[in-house]
Amino acid sequence: MKRKMIGALVGAAVMSMATGQALAQKAPAAKLSGDMVKIGVLTDMSGVYSDLGGQGSVTAAQMAVEDFKAQAKPSWKIELVYADHQNKADVGSNKVREWYDTQGVDMVTDVLNSAVALAVSKVTQEKNRILIDTGAASTRLTNEDCSPNTVHYVYDTYALANGPGKAVTKQGKDTWFFLTADYAFGHSLEADTTNAVKASGGKVLGSVRHPLNASDFSSFLLQAQSSKAKVVGLANAGGDTINSIKAANEFGLTKSQTIVGLLTTIIDIHALGLPTTQGMMFTEGFYWNLNNETREWSRRFFGKHKKMPSMLHAGTYSAVMTYLKAVQASGTDDAATVMKKMKATPINDFFAKNGKIREDGRMEHDMYLVEVKKPAESKEPWDYYHIKAVIPANEAFQPMALSRCPMVKK
Amino acid sequence: MSRQAIGYGLLLALMLVAPTVVYPVLVMKVLCFALFACAFNLLIGYTGLLSFGHAVFLGTAGYVAGHSIKVWGFPPELGLIFAALAAAALGWLIGSLAIRRSGIYFAMITLALSQMMYFFFLQAPFTGGEDGLQDVPRGKLLGVIDLTDDYNLYYFVLAIFVFAFWLIHRTIHSPFGQVLKAIRENEARAISLGYDVAKYKLLAFVLSAGLAGLAGATKTLVFRFATLTDAHWHTSGEVVLMTLLGGMGTVFGPVVGAATIVTLQNELADKVGSLVTVIMGAIFVVCVLAFRRGIVGELSALYKKMTGSR
Repeated sequence: MKRKMIGALVGAAVMSMATGQALAQKAPAAKLSGDMVKIGVLTDMSGVYSDLGGQGSVTAAQMAVEDFKAQAKPSWKIELVYADHQNKADVGSNKVREWYDTQGVDMVTDVLNSAVALAVSKVTQEKNRILIDTGAASTRLTNEDCSPNTVHYVYDTYALANGPGKAVTKQGKDTWFFLTADYAFGHSLEADTTNAVKASGGKVLGSVRHPLNASDFSSFLLQAQSSKAKVVGLANAGGDTINSIKAANEFGLTKSQTIVGLLTTIIDIHALGLPTTQGMMFTEGFYWNLNNETREWSRRFFGKHKKMPSMLHAGTYSAVMTYLKAVQASGTDDAATVMKKMKATPINDFFAKNGKIREDGRMEHDMYLVEVKKPAESKEPWDYYHIKAVIPANEAFQPMALSRCPMVKK
Repeated sequence: MSRQAIGYGLLLALMLVAPTVVYPVLVMKVLCFALFACAFNLLIGYTGLLSFGHAVFLGTAGYVAGHSIKVWGFPPELGLIFAALAAAALGWLIGSLAIRRSGIYFAMITLALSQMMYFFFLQAPFTGGEDGLQDVPRGKLLGVIDLTDDYNLYYFVLAIFVFAFWLIHRTIHSPFGQVLKAIRENEARAISLGYDVAKYKLLAFVLSAGLAGLAGATKTLVFRFATLTDAHWHTSGEVVLMTLLGGMGTVFGPVVGAATIVTLQNELADKVGSLVTVIMGAIFVVCVLAFRRGIVGELSALYKKMTGSR
């Protein structure tokens, strides 16, 4: 009798310990900190990239929050905060640190400008939150500086270089000449594209390097012209790209050669106009006029922002949506759990079809090789592109085998 | 004199409790820029030399500190000293070229040389170009105190600032500082009195560069990265703005100016959107038009007027 009692007692004790432990394990997973999810949009609102991201990204994130609330009716609150990092890494990282420490922000998005993004990625890892970067270009975010807390969502320099390098070459435009901004960014764009061109059986006839923020491109373009290459690749960014496109147009390069921008977006085309840019080719992660789904969302965005979305805007909407869905599905805002959920769930919306977040944090989705329309072919404002090829997700981004990310097991 | 001591004591006490009220990382950033502006003020306010390339010292020291701590494994205190010395050495190089001219030409030479360094940093592999030198460990002070804790780091940064501020204060009020002021007021007369003006100017320049470097290195330790922004001429412009706004040639002016600008940058970041730069510009215009002596300059003038008229 006594022995039985002891046995029962021990049994009960073991049981209660087991359930206690189970509860203890479950407890943090079943709650949201502050019964609220807080999302921060960190972007450039006053500088050179403010059209590419900026207020548009905030608007897109707001739309995602509203849509999610309407569709999923979550029991918790969602708040959105935003800040202008003024393209200064210290301002950006300080703001995000403060968001994490004092305001309980769970996820940060946009974060264009590579220096700011890398700094924010470190802070995010330190504080164990989530960064879904939709704005920065550097492949370092998913290679040397990859982090279990970071997702790189929209594009990177590899995708921008690799897409045209392969697809344009395969279309018979197989001899290339590069106009390269003379610093690490330009060099890596040129190297990545060169590899893709060679892998597709093309040839690189030469390249010329120009200083950053050059004002006169005439001598560089004359060299490009006399190379007789079928394609002139612009491995530069921002003002340099705009100035070289203008100059290429003035020298009549656009008639005999194809200009390929390696970091060009719809914002640049809108600024320069179709007469100057017609016939240019480059890679985009998103185009508003792709299908009914993209048009429907983009028109809604246009109604609020008065401009069609860039790939950053569409990507930011999709990223916020993906994050919120993962929070709801896992019932927590714990970074590791949500990240696991996001990596396990394919992304299907107007922005990405069967998008997948890889082990290294890279989000894989289809990219598009576009050609800028002639002015006569454009039927309405913002109708700018012919889609020349869809670059499938598994070819668009750097293959995992080449990954330099320490998290990836080989 | 004792009143002044009480004032300093009060301020120090305020700084000691500041991180409990204000976000510590922000205060550390303010301190770094305040030190930078004080170093700059030593040149423009007390020697009359307008260097328009001072960011180069901030940036260089930031990169040197980052690289030596991250790659060579220097302890933080050694990294800071090494970086400040490197900035001082660069200051000696740039200074000995620039002080041969004065006025606008002096400003242009410093700007040109700092732009050369900027392009060097853009190209050099160790800086990471526009990605920046990232992930610098904060490490342990003297191998004991863990600097990853924001509060520990805060008091370390505060100690650096107080030391540097004291050094500047001593310099200004020393015979050496008197000679600098004499040069500012009338260079020809200083020469006629037998002072080797070029040597004094160079020494002031090197001191200022070294202290600006100390600020840059500390900043790298606080934020754990160094980027091109620090070496860009925008930053050179910003420090001019900080000094003018706070009060050129006053001891506390640059501190007040730096605190105002940095706090505004941080606080306006999520409130006014794209208007940040416009507001900064407006403040500068108002400052130049309405109170040319800067915040501290105007206040002390007011104080003197009130006590004088009594």
